[in-house]
Amino acid sequence: MNLTLNDEQTILKHGAHEFFKARMPVKLLRELRDRDDETGFDRVCWREMAGLGWAGILIPETFGGSGFGYQGMGQVMEAAGRSLAASPLASSALLAAPLLLASASETQQAALLPAIAAGELLIALAHDEAPRHAPTRIATQAAQRANGFMLNGCKTFVVDGHVADQLIVVARSSGGRDARAGISLFLVDAHTRGVICTRTHMVDSRNAAQISFDNVELGSEALLGRLDAGYDVLEPVLDGARAALAAEMLGTAVEAFERTLAYLKLRRQFGVAIGSFQALKHRAALMFCELELTRSAVLGALDALDNSHRERAALCSLAKAKACDVLELISAEAVQLHGGIGMTDAEEIGFFLKRARVVQQWLGDASFHRDRYASLLGF
Amino acid sequence: MHDGAWDGTIVCTGAARPATVALNHSREAHCLSSLDDFRAQTRAWLDTNCPDSMRTPMPEDERVWGGRQARCKNPDSKLWLERAVERGWTVPGWPTAYGGGGLNNAELQVLKEEMTRLGCRPPLFSFGIGMLGPVLLKYGSEEQKRTHLPPIARGEIRWCQGYSEPGAGSDLASLATRAEDQGDHWLVNGQKIWTSYANDADWIFCLVRTDTSTKQGGISFLLFDMTSTGVETRPIALISGASVFCETFLTNVRVPKGNLVGRLHGGWEIAKELLQHERGMISEIGRAIGGVVPDVDVVAKRYLGDGDGRIGDPILRDAVARHVMDDRAFGLTLRRAAQASGAGAADGGVSSMFKYFGTEQNKRKFELILKCAGTHALGWAGAGFSEEELTLCRTWLRSKGNSIEGGTSEIQLNVIAKRVLGLPD
Repeated sequence: MNLTLNDEQTILKHGAHEFFKARMPVKLLRELRDRDDETGFDRVCWREMAGLGWAGILIPETFGGSGFGYQGMGQVMEAAGRSLAASPLASSALLAAPLLLASASETQQAALLPAIAAGELLIALAHDEAPRHAPTRIATQAAQRANGFMLNGCKTFVVDGHVADQLIVVARSSGGRDARAGISLFLVDAHTRGVICTRTHMVDSRNAAQISFDNVELGSEALLGRLDAGYDVLEPVLDGARAALAAEMLGTAVEAFERTLAYLKLRRQFGVAIGSFQALKHRAALMFCELELTRSAVLGALDALDNSHRERAALCSLAKAKACDVLELISAEAVQLHGGIGMTDAEEIGFFLKRARVVQQWLGDASFHRDRYASLLGF
Repeated sequence: MHDGAWDGTIVCTGAARPATVALNHSREAHCLSSLDDFRAQTRAWLDTNCPDSMRTPMPEDERVWGGRQARCKNPDSKLWLERAVERGWTVPGWPTAYGGGGLNNAELQVLKEEMTRLGCRPPLFSFGIGMLGPVLLKYGSEEQKRTHLPPIARGEIRWCQGYSEPGAGSDLASLATRAEDQGDHWLVNGQKIWTSYANDADWIFCLVRTDTSTKQGGISFLLFDMTSTGVETRPIALISGASVFCETFLTNVRVPKGNLVGRLHGGWEIAKELLQHERGMISEIGRAIGGVVPDVDVVAKRYLGDGDGRIGDPILRDAVARHVMDDRAFGLTLRRAAQASGAGAADGGVSSMFKYFGTEQNKRKFELILKCAGTHALGWAGAGFSEEELTLCRTWLRSKGNSIEGGTSEIQLNVIAKRVLGLPD
């Protein structure tokens, strides 16, 4: 297992870091929030990201992608996490693209993947139905009809749902509640009759939607992959996204930590820098250790994904669990250690806390992944 | 600020290592193929030379420390040691001139992996190898290296560490044991404490005060024979029932002038560097004990598992999962550090992180094992408990020392805060 970056990945990491720092700082997220921007992200910046090849990181070059793999995706996500950059990178490039690669017909792939890689087509995954991530708990019904399917149900926390051109909908075509078998994937145009999309304003000022499907009629070509076997395709893609989200969270945690550290050196009370107090030093040192462990877990998971490691599912759960714990800790400590100023909207540290809790929930929090890890290891 | 000493270290104001120079493809391919050859040879040699009984988990009492008083419980230990000595693989990274194997970092990593794969025990373990050797290689005179390193490599001389004193624990630099210049020798007077295995050791590397007018700047690093007149050791009974630590009394001990390592009054720099090696060693010992003490999930399944192995108690199951996941992440971190900087000692902040996390994790492990095994892990001696259960209890108590010896956890956090994070004094 390789836990260090090669030259190409190192260049990508530094390039992404410079890009997000210069073009998509936290200030941009604040502006989008303050003007209640309809799109919720900056389309010019998104085009620039696509121009750098990032929308097609997981798409092979034959479909117009850049093929940098998960380790490459992780570097971009980490850099994005540092500046809380809002973009459809995760929904389109990290979730939709590999799902289509694994399940869509050749015709669909040829039509959709180059457009995703170019940043022109946005596709969101409509999956969760419960408040907490429960990937097989699918009640949305896909009933078979003569010429296709009829979709009924309601999805929550569809990230980038309100700007998506198309949706990949996870629906139940057979089987009972929580069964892995009987789940199918459907590609649905967001403007189809009966698709009702409500934008939800989340605490992190990023984009999500609730989407309901009311007798939505689909042709048979809407089915992605095999009927009832959608979860076999979905799970490895969710794992990839968990690892890359863990990378984003690591970036967010590192940035919040470094800002806090700088504040500990700057802020003076009792005539000295507060960072000279041992009680605070120890808390900072603990956070440092946890960040290092998380980085190793993230690098391990990304490497496992690129090399089809036999334990990649467990390693992805490890990465997401560690990232959730470390970000929960650091985002809370960051506010506390900034003191009163940390409670103000003018100070940016609060944005990190808000984003942290949302991305912790996305695709499973720490308890979800500890439970999954234990099951994968047989206890 | 955002790139650190080894890839991914977040913030580092300490000494940064230069980035690894990229190899071009043909050179890389060549290196890889010769490394593959090395792996094949290593595997074959280990397979031929490592006795079967040396490929089993090692009970603590079969650990081979070497030294004049060495006794091998298992005769295969002696055979394995002799074969490893012959190849220089008791200290594979040391130069061959001093009894080492002369391996580079990549080869060391391969050897480590192959030994792990076959389950080979380390043929020799000692403070000479883990602590003194690396600093002698750096600070010792040629004569000192030739005198002291080969006997360490061959397991003939066992060393102990004279650092802590009754009044100098976490504040180590306040040590008071004095060495007076008597012209042709040093005269040493004072008391050391927590001297691990002093009663089994042949020689001691010792911190002594040669100047009382300054603190850190008045310390020197001295080597002497434990059979010298005036050296007395007294074992200390510990909560685990064992007595691995001693009080060491030094009364008018005469030490030859040539036994000073490095500069006069320059011992603190050596002392600190040696501590980094010690910390690395302690954080690894915790993990190595795993050879005998089963992993937490194994214990939990045995005592709490349902028919299919699932741990019934959801709270303990979550705690066990958290623990084994942290173990995995820590293992990956050790591996990442090795890949990033080769197999040498990590820089100060990183070794403190490993020491801190490794020992705290080891303590958590035993507390969790106690929770899972209940009263079965609380037996002190005799009937009603398996050997393993009795060992669990003793090892739990022993683990409490891990986060005290070699610099307490609190000191490690101080070191990280200062050296890695650059927080002010």
